[in-house]
Amino acid sequence: MSSPVLSVRGLSKSFGALVVAQNIELDLMAGARVGLIGPNGAGKTTFVNLLTGFLRPDAGTIQLDGIAIEGMRPEDRVHRGLARTHQINTLLVEESARDNVAITIAEREKFAWRAIRYSPQWQQCLDEAQARLDEIGIGDVGDRQVRHLPYGKQRLLEIAIALALKPRVLLLDEPAAGVPSSETHVFHKVLDRLPAEIAILIIEHDMDVIFRFAKEIVVLVQGRVLTRGEPAQIAVDPQVRAVYLGRTVV
Amino acid sequence: MTNPSETQKAGGGLLAGMSPWALAGHALPWAIAIGFFFIAEGYLSFGTQIIIWILFALSLDLALGYAGIVTLGQAAFFGFGAYAAGWFSIHVSPDPILGHLFAIGLTAIVGLISGALILHTTGVTFLMLTLATVLIMFEYANQAKEITGGDDGLQGMKVGPIFGKYEFNLFGHTAYVYSLIVLFIWFVIMWRVVKSPFGRSLDGIRQNARRMRAIGTPVWWRLLAVYTLSAAMAGSAGALSAHATRFVGLSVLSLLTSGIVTVMLILGGTRRLYGAFVGAIVYFVVQDYTAKISPYFWEFIVGGMLIATVLFLEGGLMDLGGIARRQWERLTGKASKP
Ligand SMILES: Nc1ncnc2c1ncn2[C@@H]1O[C@H](COP(=O)(O)OP(=O)(O)O)[C@@H](O)[C@H]1O
Ligand SMILES: [Mg+2]
Repeated sequence: MSSPVLSVRGLSKSFGALVVAQNIELDLMAGARVGLIGPNGAGKTTFVNLLTGFLRPDAGTIQLDGIAIEGMRPEDRVHRGLARTHQINTLLVEESARDNVAITIAEREKFAWRAIRYSPQWQQCLDEAQARLDEIGIGDVGDRQVRHLPYGKQRLLEIAIALALKPRVLLLDEPAAGVPSSETHVFHKVLDRLPAEIAILIIEHDMDVIFRFAKEIVVLVQGRVLTRGEPAQIAVDPQVRAVYLGRTVV
Repeated sequence: MTNPSETQKAGGGLLAGMSPWALAGHALPWAIAIGFFFIAEGYLSFGTQIIIWILFALSLDLALGYAGIVTLGQAAFFGFGAYAAGWFSIHVSPDPILGHLFAIGLTAIVGLISGALILHTTGVTFLMLTLATVLIMFEYANQAKEITGGDDGLQGMKVGPIFGKYEFNLFGHTAYVYSLIVLFIWFVIMWRVVKSPFGRSLDGIRQNARRMRAIGTPVWWRLLAVYTLSAAMAGSAGALSAHATRFVGLSVLSLLTSGIVTVMLILGGTRRLYGAFVGAIVYFVVQDYTAKISPYFWEFIVGGMLIATVLFLEGGLMDLGGIARRQWERLTGKASKP
């Protein structure tokens, strides 16, 4: 059996007295589809921040392709193939949608230090950016300034940017958060079409999405992994129903 | 769907794909500057001073406008460049171009070192550290009398002819043309840089540094690079000032100098490239006219203009051009271009 792309061991983090990650373990294989669920404040976003380097863990190791990355800066982790989306839109709002993606591609291709001779490379970035917007279904608004984009399209742009990094591990933090239910089918389609070989961890509150998309579900409560297993198992787990699903009803 | 390869062809060259109006807009300031040389003989040193401050304000625009580095330390680099050029002319060679390059190189190193020391901070902390940079430099220049002449200023500068041919004469012909050429070179460099992938990443950092880190941008290094370039430009402006006046006084390193260049830039408009031009020209012309009425009156006027600008014109006086054009197009019934 092949080894995991991402491997997390004993990951712990506290904010003062508040424990937000406690001895978390996780392996993601290439092509994995893992759902991370848990009540609000369980530490799901914190976990993504720990993996991506925006927060430093108190203890534990994170390996990407067998290389320890827990001491690396976020940008170095990105160049090693770890990408994320944000629960709260984190976009360049004065730029067009296309430029948001083009700037990303320039970083990926290491063109972004070019200051004097760059025209063909930048044109490549723009062309690929447009293609990626088309692919995710917002190519028609490529020219629009992001601050004027409808919220749902901004959420899709978050995903397009992460995908433009050509990641091997993708962490999706509530990609459809705040999107009206009339639009969520767009996100379902996007999720279904994500490149098969990417290892994906998705945080999502919509149980329909999680149960459709994920092959494995990890339940996080107060920074601790309560349980994990296949969706069918999780759906009937009495512990899970008690702390989390009780109110959603499966 | 829009066709990106049609709308984005501007990448080909700086002037490629530009409308005649835009081309004319770019030619205008330079045509005025050249015309000024022929018609305003008696005002050439005034014009030179404006050109130098345009370059100084441009250097600030690169850091403050484009990269969002909120600094009040720009005088440190302007002053350092001036002293470096002055010192070089006395102790090494009177050749102005050599002295200029020396000043640019040395100021870039000062920018690199001071940036490396303070750019890990942000916000008010960073602002205070930039102020401290100016204060330290000022006090050092004040104390180090053997090098700087202390509060008497740097005396005895020798400025040779450019290319061994063009003397800096009393009427300031050479200084004017030389400064204008230097400004033009920097302007082209800056224009190219701010539209480059590097420049676009600075735009990104200004808008959302966290987003940029999430796509793999080494934010600190980018900021250090642009801070260094900005310092080199400011140092170049300082060197021009030293050569044009053959004198360097302590005031180049004062906080007021930082403040004035900031006022000019904000007045003219940040991230407009020509904002620095408009700001410096308006500042000096208003100063020149109103100071004749009363020495305090002009500060009152400039202060009032600054308030009006920041309250009503987000993009500085440069916004007036856009507003006028839209009004014109409305009056003439032409729809604005898509
Ligand atoms: N930077 C921080 N400092 C202090 N507390 C934080 C910080 N970030 C998150 N928290 C707290 O940690 C807990 C977990 O937050 P989060 O990871 O965002 O939860 P989730 O994404 O599962 O809803 C919350 O109680 C939150 O208030
Ligand atoms: Mg969250």
